[in-house]
Amino acid sequence: MNSIILLSVLGLGNLFLGFRRSNRLLLPVMMLILGLVLTVNFIDWNEGAQPFFNGMLTIDNFSVAFTGIVLLTALVLVPFSQKYVLDGEANLAEYYSLLLFSLVGAIMLVSYNHLLMLFLGIEILSVAMYVLAGSDKRNLRSNEAALKYFLMGAFFTGILLFGMALVYGATGTFVLSEISFAVQNPAPGFESLKPMLYIGMLLMFIGMGFKVSAAPFHFWTPDVYEGTPTFFAAFMSTVVKTAGFAAFLKLLVQAFPAANAQGIWLPTLTAMCVLTLLIGNVGAVAQTSIKRMLAYSSISHAGYLLIALVAYNGQLEGASANGILFYSLAYSVATVAAFGVVKLVADARQREDYDGLNGLAKTNPLLAFSLTVSMLSLAGIPLTGGFFGKFFVFSAAVENGYIGLVVFAVVMSMVSIYYYLRPIISMYMRDTDAETAEAVPVTTFQAGALLLLAALTVLLGVLPGLVAGAL
Amino acid sequence: MLTVLLLLWPVAAALLLHFFKGRAARVPALGAALVEFALAAYAAFTFNTNNTGQFSFDLNWIPSAGIHFAVGMDGLSLLLVLLTAVLVPVILLSAFRRNFENESVFYALVLFMQTGLIGVFTAQDAFLFYFMWEVALIPIYFLAGVWGGVNRARVTFKFFLYTIIGSLFMLAGFVYLYFQTGPAADGLSAHNSALASFYALNLPAETQVWLFWLIFAAFAVKMPIFPFHTWQPDTYTEAPAPATMLLSGIMLKMGIYGCMRWLLPVVPMGVDYWQNLILILAIIGIIYGAIIAIRQQDVKRLIAYSSLSHVGLMIAGVFSLTQMGLQGAAIQMLAHGVNVVGMFFIADAIERRTGTRNIADLGGLTRKAPVLTVCFLVLLLGTVALPLTNGFVGEFLLLAGVYQFNAWMGAVAGVTIILGAVYLLRMFQRVMLGPDSSFTETFTDLTGSELALLVPLIVLVFWIGLFPNTFLHLSEGSVLNILNEVVKR
Repeated sequence: MNSIILLSVLGLGNLFLGFRRSNRLLLPVMMLILGLVLTVNFIDWNEGAQPFFNGMLTIDNFSVAFTGIVLLTALVLVPFSQKYVLDGEANLAEYYSLLLFSLVGAIMLVSYNHLLMLFLGIEILSVAMYVLAGSDKRNLRSNEAALKYFLMGAFFTGILLFGMALVYGATGTFVLSEISFAVQNPAPGFESLKPMLYIGMLLMFIGMGFKVSAAPFHFWTPDVYEGTPTFFAAFMSTVVKTAGFAAFLKLLVQAFPAANAQGIWLPTLTAMCVLTLLIGNVGAVAQTSIKRMLAYSSISHAGYLLIALVAYNGQLEGASANGILFYSLAYSVATVAAFGVVKLVADARQREDYDGLNGLAKTNPLLAFSLTVSMLSLAGIPLTGGFFGKFFVFSAAVENGYIGLVVFAVVMSMVSIYYYLRPIISMYMRDTDAETAEAVPVTTFQAGALLLLAALTVLLGVLPGLVAGAL
Repeated sequence: MLTVLLLLWPVAAALLLHFFKGRAARVPALGAALVEFALAAYAAFTFNTNNTGQFSFDLNWIPSAGIHFAVGMDGLSLLLVLLTAVLVPVILLSAFRRNFENESVFYALVLFMQTGLIGVFTAQDAFLFYFMWEVALIPIYFLAGVWGGVNRARVTFKFFLYTIIGSLFMLAGFVYLYFQTGPAADGLSAHNSALASFYALNLPAETQVWLFWLIFAAFAVKMPIFPFHTWQPDTYTEAPAPATMLLSGIMLKMGIYGCMRWLLPVVPMGVDYWQNLILILAIIGIIYGAIIAIRQQDVKRLIAYSSLSHVGLMIAGVFSLTQMGLQGAAIQMLAHGVNVVGMFFIADAIERRTGTRNIADLGGLTRKAPVLTVCFLVLLLGTVALPLTNGFVGEFLLLAGVYQFNAWMGAVAGVTIILGAVYLLRMFQRVMLGPDSSFTETFTDLTGSELALLVPLIVLVFWIGLFPNTFLHLSEGSVLNILNEVVKR
């Protein structure tokens, strides 16, 4: 709760800093705010479940852990916005405040207990993202991305809301535990309401599926990521996804855990999972722009995370939650590094294709190393956090008997090695040409952030016990 | 604890190399490798040949999943650790004559890979084994890909893809086995992944039959066994000489070692079911590699195919499931490592002086370089398996083992000795003897540092050839333990 209050207050304060028109001040302040909130967040660790707003939000270890991930992600991401600072971007304070506010939404998503809070969280998170997607005002693609994201987002929010309404109609409540109770202890006449409940549930899945870009509701992802300024695209693909999956897991575990509902959602989620893995991985192979590749890769990682949802075993804090926690952390860390390097290279070389990376190992060893670590992590190669992320998710699934699903996912991750290696090949094994001969400028902040991300990735890959089993 | 030191020292050294730029990294890198060798030698001298696991270390690595950082050595592990510790300094030394960019990174990667290799040979936990297996792969990918020849990007990509897909199958197999095990000793987790728990599993035969392929896939690609070998000649040719030496001298032993440690005792019934097929594939590999080697014009490619042929025999020996076959494989791993590294080094020395690897362009080196000729001949005869050299002991035991299993197979596999003599002596004749060519006119003999590199290898050629028992009695107990595990069920 402390983090929500702090973020809201400091976000407002940050807006006032904008009046000074001193962008150089903004970046350190932003990092200070995020660092502070991240520290304060862990005060609630192991304090037990604390209800707020009449129990509409609950802060427990689950929400503290996921809040930690989104805050950490934002903290390491911020240094990559430095170009805005240097270019004297007029609205920087507003952008930063929008990021802080959207984090409030993310925190509500990981700690909600009441469907209204889920809806509010999603909206707070999304509205900020709609704006930020179009923040590059003079760029046509950015405008397109914002419009596309907004229209689709509004549409799917409507579907989600409709789903909630139907669930409410069937159970008479918005509170997760009460929905679960109503499903498991049917009142007289509940049988006739069941179809309404199921349809409501499926509509909610569709809404959530859109937010985490799971197939077949993923169509917006590549276009929006491509058009959105890289910095905000990185935020979208990490923070939004982490919060979205935590919320999705809560919904499944706390509202629809009953065996009678499982008959509906299990096949639905399994189908979504298979489709997402297939489209994400196969789609990424065909891309020539790294940003689009990362967009498809983010779809494919939604597929791996869906496996953890499918395999959940009835408790909020168990193998699935741990799997999602570890996976989200490893994925976020690697993705921020990848987007960060892509942004730096694109800013300097005005190119977002693979050849734009040619010879980067010679001109910028640090960038090349950092991108390599993140690609290996996303591909799930040992020594990186990505390996244990996949390992925990897959073991959770194998343990619950979903062997076929895991085999499919393993085959898909073999495919993924193809496209994750391509940037590495460009950087290390191809020579520079006239366009790519010059070193990409990197500031100390960014170098520090990249080193930190690489170190975190390796740390998670060597000592996974630090995070695994926390929940 | 000694094993942990063996594992940590190369990594630490690799990180420290960061402070030495370019050529300044040469001496510290070699020094680090020599310290590692001293550690391994100390391990060998204090090793008690009763052959249960020694120098063990066990740390709870991922408590919630029952995964331990458990390492230890028995005789077989020790042999391979020794091989790694001997060859890495030699390989580093061989890189000294080359001038390439970012030397410090190159040496750091070699040392980093050493940790992975020693980890593979000492791991006592399935997931640690898998982890180290991949840790060894990443550096070699960059070593071959960054400093390799013209087609390096395509070739190393193929290599990486092949090996990683193989490994993923192995991982799937291990995960399956993991869920068949009981709770860890500390009771913190429902399953554990210790080697001993895998040995203790009693899986139904039909499970073992398919599980065999999951685990074998990774080893098959790494060794490589026909028909999983297509990455091998290309990669050996395109990679820079030191990387090729790492690949052929040490890395392919990971596959054979893996079969002996993680395949035979874990899925014995699966091995029994597929034994004939694997032996036939291995023998096809022997003959096929040898025949293609005869037709090669490129010295490096010729050695690559000869290596394919020799590995085939080691696989056949392992899968004969006889004591002689396994002992032969153990000693031949050492002998092959020594010989192939020496051969690749000489091929590289010739290429550096003449700028060509084409056999037809060479000739008449004997008169210009008598020392090189002698070294080359010794290594070559070791590879051909002349009695009193290292190759003879191994090939004799291997062939005897295969013969013991099936006389016909033994007879066909024995052709390798004849064919080996054909292509190797033919190469020797055309490269070293005969008239000069325009490429070899200014040829110079070995320098002191090159000789310093070859001398230990040549000493080993004779040591293993004359006193094979030094090494055979190290591995004997481990081999018997492995066979006991196989026969037990």
